[in-house]
Amino acid sequence: MLPTPDTSHVSYNRVYEPAEDSFLLLDTLSLPSETTFLQTRFSKDALPPPLVLEVGPGSGVVIGFLTANATPLFGHDHILTFAIDVNRFACSATGLTVKKATAETGAGSSGVFLDAVQGDLTNPCRPGQVDVLVFNPPYVPTDELPAPLTKEGNEKPTFEEESKLLELAYAGGKDGMETTERLLDALPETLSARGVAYVLLCAGNRPEEVKDRIRSWAGGSWKAETVGTSGRQAGWERLSIVRVWRDDDQ
Amino acid sequence: MKVLTLNFLTCAVKACKSSSDSFPLHPKDAELVHDDVEVNAQLLTNLLHRLDWKALRTTATELGFPDLPETAPTQEDLENDEKTLKDLHNLLIETQMMEGKLVCGHCGHEYAVREGIANFLLPTHLV
Ligand SMILES: [Zn+2]
Repeated sequence: MLPTPDTSHVSYNRVYEPAEDSFLLLDTLSLPSETTFLQTRFSKDALPPPLVLEVGPGSGVVIGFLTANATPLFGHDHILTFAIDVNRFACSATGLTVKKATAETGAGSSGVFLDAVQGDLTNPCRPGQVDVLVFNPPYVPTDELPAPLTKEGNEKPTFEEESKLLELAYAGGKDGMETTERLLDALPETLSARGVAYVLLCAGNRPEEVKDRIRSWAGGSWKAETVGTSGRQAGWERLSIVRVWRDDDQ
Repeated sequence: MKVLTLNFLTCAVKACKSSSDSFPLHPKDAELVHDDVEVNAQLLTNLLHRLDWKALRTTATELGFPDLPETAPTQEDLENDEKTLKDLHNLLIETQMMEGKLVCGHCGHEYAVREGIANFLLPTHLV
């Protein structure tokens, strides 16, 4: 078992607390099937070093895990990681989580963490740069999607504003897919040619239909497969993780 | 925010992505601090393969660093020249922009950087 980052410094009034979905991502990315996939695709000799992005890191537990355990997961420590979250408090929490996690595993195991920046999904990304993208979306089907954040976050949020930050972390609108659809739409532009995305879905998101849609994308042979402990029971949510990538005749 | 990060980010406005003026973003009123980080020479060398060197040159000059050479150093250059390696490490990994703005050269939008965190959320009329 690789160490799980410590997030005890995070204020869960404002930032999503690591839960079943977060831990499913850690478990899945540590499976031999996935470490073999990553190590083959991003071996040390396969220049340049991969750029890893987590969208919506919340506490930073997942990107902290990937950064601190670069060597066991990718086979080497030449990886760059960063994160984008709509919630400013999540950005500062993530920075600290990664710092603590990499201090614990130390040099030789850790990659280089760049930054957590505040933004809406992959909007600030320069096209074609991201090699590994991880997304634990707001996937719960809800009647309405909270209005997106637009201006700068408050230094001292009110109780209502804190509630909205947490709502943004789980409320997914129709089929729980409204935010995930926007992320998927941006994948062909965001990912590099060798890029791969891991997206968490719940049963309400209709994962089979989502995968079929991805496979029909234009401009390349897109693949989408459920990986690892698919459909693990987590209450009513029944979570799974879909790997999305382009296959260039490997 | 690290100088290296600026090599991977661009304006968040959709219409700007296709314009070459939107990358790199231009630092303005930047307050920089220096963090000590151990040098990883091999990583730095490999990193050169994925950097947009021209954009990095622009960023370095705009932040007040000495001009970088026209073309990126080769692996051999770095192996034989410890000073170049240390300077690059200092610029890319150890220099942090704590306060200031990042300005898009295409639409002119300014993104605020506060306490080291850049804010790429857009005002309603630009979403
Ligand atoms: Zn712009």
